Amino acid sequence: MILEAREIGFAYPRGRTVLDGVSVGVTAGRGVALVGESGAGKTTLLRILLGLLRPTSGEVRFDGEPLRLGDRALMRRFRRDAQTVFQDPYSSLDPRQRVARIVSEPLRSLGLDAAPERVAEALREVGLPEDVAGRYPHEFSGGQRQRIAIARAIVCRPRLLLADEPVSALDVTTRVRVVDLLAELRETRGLTVVMVTHDLAVAALLCQETVVLSAGRVVEQGDTAGVLGSPTQPYTRRLLASVPRLPAPHPAGAPVEPNSE
Amino acid sequence: MTRHRRSLVAGTALVGLTCAVALLSLLWTPYPVSDTSGGRLAPVSAAHLLGTDRLGRDLATQLMVGARIALQTGLGAVAIGGALGLAAGIAAGFAQRWLDDGLAAVLDIVIAFPTLLLAMLVVAARGASLGSAILALGLAMSAVVARLTRILVKRVLAQDFVTASRVSGTSWPRVVAEHVLPNIWPTLAVNLALQFGLAVLAEASLSYLGLGAPPPNQSWGRMLQEAQSTVLVAPAGLVAPGLALLVLVVGANFVADGLREAADPLARRSS
Amino acid sequence: MSLLTVDRLTVATPGGRPLVSDLSFELPAGGRLGVIGESGSGKSLTALAVLGLLPDGLRASGSIRLHPSGGAPAQVVGAPERELRRLRGRVATAVFQEPSTALDPLMRIGNQIGAAVRRTRGLRGTALRAATLSALADVGLDRRIARAYPHEVSGGQRQRAAIAAAVACRPALLIADEPTTALDVTVQAEVLALLDRLVADRGMALLFISHDLAVVSRIAERVLVLAQGSAVESGTVADVVTAPRHPVTRALLESARQLDAALEVSRP
Repeated sequence: MILEAREIGFAYPRGRTVLDGVSVGVTAGRGVALVGESGAGKTTLLRILLGLLRPTSGEVRFDGEPLRLGDRALMRRFRRDAQTVFQDPYSSLDPRQRVARIVSEPLRSLGLDAAPERVAEALREVGLPEDVAGRYPHEFSGGQRQRIAIARAIVCRPRLLLADEPVSALDVTTRVRVVDLLAELRETRGLTVVMVTHDLAVAALLCQETVVLSAGRVVEQGDTAGVLGSPTQPYTRRLLASVPRLPAPHPAGAPVEPNSE
Repeated sequence: MTRHRRSLVAGTALVGLTCAVALLSLLWTPYPVSDTSGGRLAPVSAAHLLGTDRLGRDLATQLMVGARIALQTGLGAVAIGGALGLAAGIAAGFAQRWLDDGLAAVLDIVIAFPTLLLAMLVVAARGASLGSAILALGLAMSAVVARLTRILVKRVLAQDFVTASRVSGTSWPRVVAEHVLPNIWPTLAVNLALQFGLAVLAEASLSYLGLGAPPPNQSWGRMLQEAQSTVLVAPAGLVAPGLALLVLVVGANFVADGLREAADPLARRSS
Repeated sequence: MSLLTVDRLTVATPGGRPLVSDLSFELPAGGRLGVIGESGSGKSLTALAVLGLLPDGLRASGSIRLHPSGGAPAQVVGAPERELRRLRGRVATAVFQEPSTALDPLMRIGNQIGAAVRRTRGLRGTALRAATLSALADVGLDRRIARAYPHEVSGGQRQRAAIAAAVACRPALLIADEPTTALDVTVQAEVLALLDRLVADRGMALLFISHDLAVVSRIAERVLVLAQGSAVESGTVADVVTAPRHPVTRALLESARQLDAALEVSRP
């Protein structure tokens, strides 16, 4: 198991409980989707898994070892292996840095080789031409910015990508393209994707396992096909039933109704 | 040429004019500062372009020396206020919960404290000098700069790119250098340019009240004060330093206005 | 005579770059039209243009005619602000993606709905209070919400309150611009069902703007596909999903199908 959350609890001082006894395991090659509605605690759980927040109770284990946020050597190893992508493609890139500088940040901060070729390679892998390196984020569309953010996340060749709603802010066609990109990176880079999402279709496309959270607790977890295909909990069923579906096309050969108004 | 480009050019020209006069005053003035050979309240003439004051000193000379003092004051106060304010503001920007509330309250109290009273305290402690005036103005300014910096820092820290940076293993000092400072700088620069103008005005008020640079260093504020009693006989004594102040302060404000966009590569590109 | 007739509408920047070009469509009283497109397709600008609420600097040309039954037809393009104020609320009104921007954060929800009702229907006192409470009941909100400030209620409740304020004016046309995009799926389903019921009960016309074909298909019979400011296709939702004609529609549909299929595969 690469990353594991054991009995995680989180509460703000004098505040409400955000997470209560949440256990989630991430094994190599099996992506995990954390799904649920706003207020379920998905993002808090992701921030705890990223080592950005200290849980009130329970522990996060990385390669079987407790993740001690004060242990510099361990955290450096962890940072190199676990990178992130956010929802808002506008807030996630520093507007005052050129793309090359943005993408190379993990390399520089982790003291790795930050040669321009590595940046170029990462940009190529996310499907951006090399010449974007010299430009500023505002010159790009939301989908392109998200690709730049993904390039930054994979530049140091991590094993894990912990993403918070990485495609929710994108248009449908762009969304599908970025999902395809993440699926491709999963194959080519052996990247394991842990993703917070409220979009069950995206969860089904990218992750083998799904954890359904509601009000800070795990409601249901297991194989994505099982959880979304034959949910055992009423909450999961309600979530699934709420997803708007495309109407089926007319049966083949059926006459197309005239446009009448 | 955009409106902002125009303000920047006009502002730089006005401030530059004052700077040129100030530099020239180091090398040459029409008369020595304390020379009274022209006689009291001499009218405007070729020998005395702005006439003389009631002690017989050349007003044009005083105006040139005053430019130097005004710039020294503005720059000195901005340096002190900017450095202290930036440091305090960044610390406050990082502070959480009760510490944050406490620091914010302290800043509000310092801002509410009258600059004049602060200046009088500094003068009482150090004696009346240009240095005292600059120190007092700098201290007063630092609280304003700190409050602005605190808000700007908090805003940047809330951005996802800062979190991404931390996930990349970037240390906090580096986050400040790489992300926080570059992102708060444009807004801060505009504010400092405005503060420069305010400091020049404030020094004039302090001098006017006798809390500024002592003689023979005539600041524009002191010139105004001395010309007050003789305004009907020698109006140039009042008008000249008044206009000089106006030129510098308006210039500084124009520069601030121009910087607002020019210092921002994003706005410049998209406009 | 249709309630809303948009004829060769063009919205351009001060530099003359068209953001919406030559757009024409009609919406009969009580009809429902979905407008679909990606960001930058001009769908939201079209909604704003119908209300005469274009951002500063943007200019509309062409014609937007509103003709409520029992009222005089009105031209929106070029109409003075005074004229537009008379139309907004009474004839056409809107709910937007982010309900917190549509509601005044410093005003209790009940007072905001009340203000809209008073302005458009001229009610006062007890009648006004009754109308406000019934507007809340219509959208399934408890009467206690009337005393709450917008930040004290959930996103879904805020959107319901915004809908209550819009619908309480009894408009002939409701424009909904991505009204469920910021909401969770279960809340989205509830809000869509609410809109569906309100529009049907009141015989309002609905102009529903979205980037999501699946959402549109839940509420509108007909759909207009926009791309880069122009209409590329229109027809019934069923026809468009069966036989999309324009490449943009096909790409949109293919993406939607891909996401939709992902949910299907996981079923046993």
